[in-house]
This record gives sequence, structure tokens and C-alpha cells, in this order.
Amino acid sequence: MSATTALKGTKLKTSAMIASFADPGQKTASAPFGHALVKAAQENDKIVGLTADLGKYTDMHIFAQAFPERFFQMGMAEQLLFGAAAGFAETGLVPFASTYSVFAARRAYDFLCLDSAEPNLNVNIVGGLPGLTTGYGPSHQATEDMAIFRGMPNLTIVDPCDSIDIEQAVPQLAASEGPTYLRLLRGNVPTVLDEYGYTFELGKAKVLRGGNDVVFVSSGLMTMRALQAAKALAEHNVDVAVVHTPTIKPFDAETVLAEINTDRLAVTLENHSVVGGLFETVASAVVTAGLGKRVVPVALPDAFLDAGALPTLHERYSLSVQRIVAKVLAELG
Amino acid sequence: MTATQETMTATTTERVDSVSAAAYRIRHHALTMGEVQGQGYVGQALGAADMLAAVYADQLRFQAEDPHWEQRDRFLLSTGHYAIGHYAALAEAGIIPVEELDTYGSDDSRLPMSGMSTYTPGMEISGGSLGHGLTIAVGMALGLRHQGSRARVYNFLSDGELDEGSTWEAAMGAHHHQLGNLTAMVDINALQADGKTDTVLRTEPVTEKWESFGWYTQRVDGNNMAELLQAFDNAAAQAAAVGRPSVILCDTKVGRGVPLLEDREKAHFMRIEEHEWQLCREQLTAGYEGKASR
Repeated sequence: MSATTALKGTKLKTSAMIASFADPGQKTASAPFGHALVKAAQENDKIVGLTADLGKYTDMHIFAQAFPERFFQMGMAEQLLFGAAAGFAETGLVPFASTYSVFAARRAYDFLCLDSAEPNLNVNIVGGLPGLTTGYGPSHQATEDMAIFRGMPNLTIVDPCDSIDIEQAVPQLAASEGPTYLRLLRGNVPTVLDEYGYTFELGKAKVLRGGNDVVFVSSGLMTMRALQAAKALAEHNVDVAVVHTPTIKPFDAETVLAEINTDRLAVTLENHSVVGGLFETVASAVVTAGLGKRVVPVALPDAFLDAGALPTLHERYSLSVQRIVAKVLAELG
Repeated sequence: MTATQETMTATTTERVDSVSAAAYRIRHHALTMGEVQGQGYVGQALGAADMLAAVYADQLRFQAEDPHWEQRDRFLLSTGHYAIGHYAALAEAGIIPVEELDTYGSDDSRLPMSGMSTYTPGMEISGGSLGHGLTIAVGMALGLRHQGSRARVYNFLSDGELDEGSTWEAAMGAHHHQLGNLTAMVDINALQADGKTDTVLRTEPVTEKWESFGWYTQRVDGNNMAELLQAFDNAAAQAAAVGRPSVILCDTKVGRGVPLLEDREKAHFMRIEEHEWQLCREQLTAGYEGKASR
């Protein structure tokens, strides 16, 4: 069907920039990162906020309103943003610097690597639109951000699932010594993990639910999908465990391998390219431990993705609950 | 004595002579370090020695025995390969022992070929990937001002670094945030890795560029100590927590002070034969003493 034909029919789905991946009617929290940073800053007067002309789009504006004198607008200049963030940290301050993940990972890598990671400074990178969370196409979709950042020594990488993860992660990122990268979920962010007696611990994976047939190892918003898929699979009499591993680096191999080293079907789920993200992190841990275990990835393809509406794209690229369920059923034969 | 009073001291002959003597010792150190390695960025160190001496022997507030003293002025070496000159200046300032200079570039030395903050006391940043220094300096100047510090930030960069877009991001940022506590010093030796600057990527008109970016801009002969000190005095006189950032554009000569090297074909990585090092030092000393006795 051509676009022209489509225009005559029902309303088209759009790729609005502020698209939320929350399901209709789902419980959400507004701008959890911004509010968490304000709270952390009330307790730690060393915290400052920086952005590169994307304060409103990374929830940094909440901090800017609360602490105008502790907020620094660096302009649409990401190399300056992260070079300056290192400079702030050199003076003893604790900067949180926000932009989109694509600009942090692709454009400013050298500045993060040499100015913050090499001297192990407490610079906290906040990257919006990680993976496939916008329909704007490859210019905005950071499908390989973790692959880029995993090779950077000293850098901690956090891929939060929901508002709970973000609220609890922010003070821990501020308190941790070296540089960190937070894959930001912004705007109205789903609240999911409160139902699982869960608390975020930097560097730790958590088993959210047990299950006898399949084990999901997931990070980021794909943990939400993993939990939904687990419920859907129960209706097919498939019992699924879910292990959430929000810290990608350093990776909690001990917890994850203990879950993987069973007879259950092992599946990793991530909002990231199949290259260089959670799947390969798990795979390398499995091989290093000498486990002859097959692991099935649910991940974005190694490709530049289409522009379009998020629900369409999540379905197209296998991140939807429906696609996960179908894949697991096919694997189980 | 306040910083302004300190730096407003007239450029007396005595002051010029004293800082020139420091520049001579920095050059001498650099030649000795170069000989140990048989190579190194000696040409750049000789060219920039007057700038480094002006900073360490005249401008910078620091405590040699406590390189992390909170109220210190920050000197950021953006051009990591100028480390040979910077180490010589740190030795001159008493921050590292002179004897340690012999380890330059050797295994397990605190003095690697390219300067890194994690290796060397008094080295504020890891330079070397060019175009970083001024961006870090902007954050440092903002961070210090935010915390009420009166410390100033000096960033040493080269004309080659003016090729880097990030340098201009930072130049804009410094002006936007009115960083009157920031001074950039640009070594314009008209030479970069692949050849003469005007054949690699034309950066002129440099003065007009900085002026149009809103900086208080001065251009001087970077090998003329009286001119250099006057420029620093002018910059200090208009320094303020909130104000215009300052840039001192310094035209320098690669190999300055050693005629043998001044006349040699200019190269980013200058070759010096084994038997020439002593000759270089003799020429340096003869030139310096000749000037001093005049």
C-alpha cells in the first residue's frame, strides 16, 4: 500500500519525537530521571547538571528549574559538553551531562574516553533515545551505543527498565567513583518493577520471577516486555523465569550464569543491536565459564533501522511481546 | 598581595631577566631529555620555553610541595607532545625533581612522551588528542567559579589545534559563560604534523577569529619575554570571575635559542644526530650568556 493510498484510509501512525513506549493505561511516572536528580542534588551539593541543547528532551529541565544556579547549558556542542563535564569533575563537582545517546556515543566518544574514563572521573553521561525508542531513523536511534561504550575502560553502563530503576540508580551513579552511562528513559516512563519486590543495586542482576522451562535474561525496557511475555507464555503452559540485569558493565556474570547453566531454554532480550550488547556480554560470560550452552538473542538486527511509529517498529524488529512469544514457542518446537 | 597586584608588577628588566633565566633552564633541560631518548619534540619545547617560563616563573599560583593544593591556578597542557617542555617547566617550578627528567619517555617513568594527568604530578589533564584542552578548561573555569574559587585556568594549545572544531565549540562556550577566569595561550609556530600550517589547513586570520568569538585577544612575539609578560599583565588586569576570556596568541620559532636547530628544515619530529646534542647546549648557553651580558 502506498502512502498516498494510505492517506485515504485510517489515520497513519506517526513517529512523534516524544513517543512513549508505555502501553495504553499502563502505570507511569513523569520524568523520573529529572526528579531523581533533584532529590539527589538536595542531598549532595556537588551535583551539577549540564546539557547540549536537549534539556527539555532529556528531563534535565526538571533539575534546571529546581537548581538554576547548578545547571549549565553548553549549547549544541557535544564535544564541549563532555570535555567541560570532565573539567567540572576535576574541580570536585559531580556532573550529570545529558544529550541523546547517539551524540554521546558517536560524536563525543573521544572526549568521554580520554577526559573522563582515563582519569576515572565521576562524570555521569545521560543518554536519551537509547536503542529503538524513537521513530526518527538512524540519526536518532542509538542501536549500537552499548557496543560502542562497552570497550571503554572504567565506564559503568546502566540500562534501566522503568521509573523505579531510574529513581534508584541516579543516587548510586552519583555515589560511584568513575564515569557512568545511563540509557535514559524519559517523559512518561512505565512503572513496572514495584510489583516484584525489587531494588536496584549497581552491578547486580536480580531474578524477578522463577520458571521451569525458559530463562529470560534482559535489560532496559526489554525487561518490561520479558515480564509481559512470561505472563503470555504461561497461557501456553510455558513457565518462564526472568533475570533483570540493568548493569551491563561491570556485568554480574555470577547471578546470570547460575540461571543460564540449567536445562532451560536461555533467551537474552535487549533494546540494542545483536552486536556488542547484552547478548554478546552473556555469550562471552558463558564461553569464558566453559558452558556449552546455546543462547537465543532477542535483539535489534545489525542494520540501520527504518523510520516510523514505535509500535510498528518494535513489531517489525522483534521487540514486541507478540514477537517474543512467537519466537519462544518456535524454539520450544 | 592580591593576584592583580602580583601580576601588575611592571615588566622591569629584573623581572624579564629572571623569567628569561628560567626559560634558558627549561631549554637546557629539554635538550638533555631529548638526548637521553635520542629524539623527542625538542623543537617545540625550545619554541615554547618562553611561554612556559612566563607561566611557571611569573604567573601561576601553586605550591610545589602540594600539586593538588585546592586554590592553585590550573595549567592545562592540551598539546600532549609538548610534555618534554612541560616536564622541564615542572622541574624548574620544583614540582618534580630535576634528576627525574632523565627518565623521560622510558619504561615505568612518570614522564611519558605524551603528557597524562594520571602519570605526572602537576599535570592537570591528559592531553594528546588535540582539541580537548580548551573544552576541559571551560568546565574547570565554570566549576571553580561555581564554587567561589579565585583560581584561574590557563590552557596551552597550539595553532594546529585550531583545526579542531571542538576548540571553537569551547571558544564559544567560554564567551557565552563569560569566563573571565580563563586564559588561553596559543603557540603559533606555523608547523604541524604534515607540514607548514598554511599548507595543511589555513588558520589565519587567527587574531580576527578569536576577536570575533568575543575573546580579549592579544598577539605577541612569543619569544620576546618583555612582550609576553606585558600581555599576561594586560590579561590579568581585565580578568574577573565574570568577564571576557583572554587569549594570548604567541608567534614562536621552532628550535628557538639554538641556531643549529632554528636553521634546520622545520619538522614536527626533528632529527638530531648523536654528536649534535652537546653542540646544541653550547649554542644555547652561548646565546643566552651573550644576551645576558649585553
